[in-house]
Amino acid sequence: MVTSFRRVVRAGFVGFWRNAYVSLASIFVITVALFVIGSTMLIDQLLTVSLTQLQAKVDINVYFVTTAAQGDIDSLINSVKALPEVEKVTYTSREQALEQFRAKYNGDTTTMQALDELKDNPLGSTIAIQAKQTSQYEGINRFLTEANNPVVDRINYADNKESIEKLSSIIAAVKQASFVTLIVLLVAAVMITFNTIRLAIFTAKEEISIMRLVGASNMYIRGPFMLQGLMYGLISGVLALLILYPIVMWLGPKTAVFFEFNLFDYFVSNFSYIFGVLIGIGVSLGLVSSVLAVARYLRV
Amino acid sequence: MIYFDNVSKLYNNGQSAAIQEVTFQIDPKEFVSIVGHSGAGKSTLLKMIIAEDRPTSGTVFFESLDIHRIPRNRLPQYRRKIGTVFQDFKLLPHKTAYENVAFAMEANGRTDEEIAENVPQALALVDLTDKAWNFPNELSGGEKQRVAIARAIVNQPDIIVADEPTGNLDPIATYEVVQILRKINDLGTTVVMTTHNKGVIDELGRRVITMDSGRIVRDDESGKYVL
Repeated sequence: MVTSFRRVVRAGFVGFWRNAYVSLASIFVITVALFVIGSTMLIDQLLTVSLTQLQAKVDINVYFVTTAAQGDIDSLINSVKALPEVEKVTYTSREQALEQFRAKYNGDTTTMQALDELKDNPLGSTIAIQAKQTSQYEGINRFLTEANNPVVDRINYADNKESIEKLSSIIAAVKQASFVTLIVLLVAAVMITFNTIRLAIFTAKEEISIMRLVGASNMYIRGPFMLQGLMYGLISGVLALLILYPIVMWLGPKTAVFFEFNLFDYFVSNFSYIFGVLIGIGVSLGLVSSVLAVARYLRV
Repeated sequence: MIYFDNVSKLYNNGQSAAIQEVTFQIDPKEFVSIVGHSGAGKSTLLKMIIAEDRPTSGTVFFESLDIHRIPRNRLPQYRRKIGTVFQDFKLLPHKTAYENVAFAMEANGRTDEEIAENVPQALALVDLTDKAWNFPNELSGGEKQRVAIARAIVNQPDIIVADEPTGNLDPIATYEVVQILRKINDLGTTVVMTTHNKGVIDELGRRVITMDSGRIVRDDESGKYVL
């Protein structure tokens, strides 16, 4: 048993080196496949993060009349917070609103002078409501409108409605598209790998028939090819990561500016996960392809 | 030890037959030659013995074992009882003569000590001791076939099955190969061989089964090549 295992392992390594050209071609193809899978994983992550950030920027603003009593405002805030769809309510008082206004128009002397002319703070307090999902703004808006609260001056949902709806559909479409792309790429990677290994083993067809004739057991014949498939997967996984690394390093700062998400930081902090997934896919692809390909020649 | 019981092999839904209603027996330590034109069904018979091909009807026995009822995972063990020799040698091109013979023992799970002892003996029997470390492409046809015979006998099989072993060889190499097969038979191993070569048959003077169109037409204890 131990002797057989040792012989199978040795035959696997010898086969790997003697068919260096075939091994190289297989590793190249699997590396490309794994690289594509790895890139898709990272792009998917980038999309998810930027979509979440985009969603966080969407909200409904409720403007209160300047004369609104604090008690009325608080009770409205509490009733909105009680809604299951609501993620977060941010309250901006009249004073804070004025400060923000001043900060925003700091260099604009005309506006500042006009503001100074007014004795009273012309701004009402506001609340910004964020829903858990973009599709829920409609319902929140209906709740606010139907309440017809006298302290409410204006709700800006109607202004934002179109862009909110557009964003909802874009988010849904992008998620679907990236999922479909991932599936298509995965299937392509599996098929390409399988065919490459099948071709590699096709060259050993004669050898397999001779092994059978001298009474080698199926496992003894299969073993070296399985080991080779495993090595292809392992080496390809490492290579794919080595190729991804500099690309992600280069992209990191750029994504940090554009998406407010540093891809390189993500890659580094989730390295063991990405490593595990790519090596795992590579090794299981190599193993399964070898077993299936050899099975063809083991049938009597 | 081998018994064919009313065996037929049909192709194209029974339109054409490789062999038809063949019944014969091979006893231990016999040297049997099967002769006949191309397509007479000689190779099909041998393929059935090594379980490479199965009959459409009838049964083939190895001792009391129905060959075609052996489960697939037990076939390797069965094949280890048989040594095979082919017209095209079927050597592994990337292995030396020694490694080719050793490979058959490795596949059988023999120990390194047994291999180190038996492989040189097998090579000595076929008179190839000095070519042990040559690769197949460095050997002549006759030498390649002798390596194949060494590989076939190294596991001490009960029977040697040789399909046209001299088909690709010149007369001298043919003579050598037949002498080796005869020597193996003298040492107690059953040999079944197909051939086209009249000289080989006449020289051997052993049992000859003559086939024509898938049927056995003659079976002579000490036969001549008659067609």
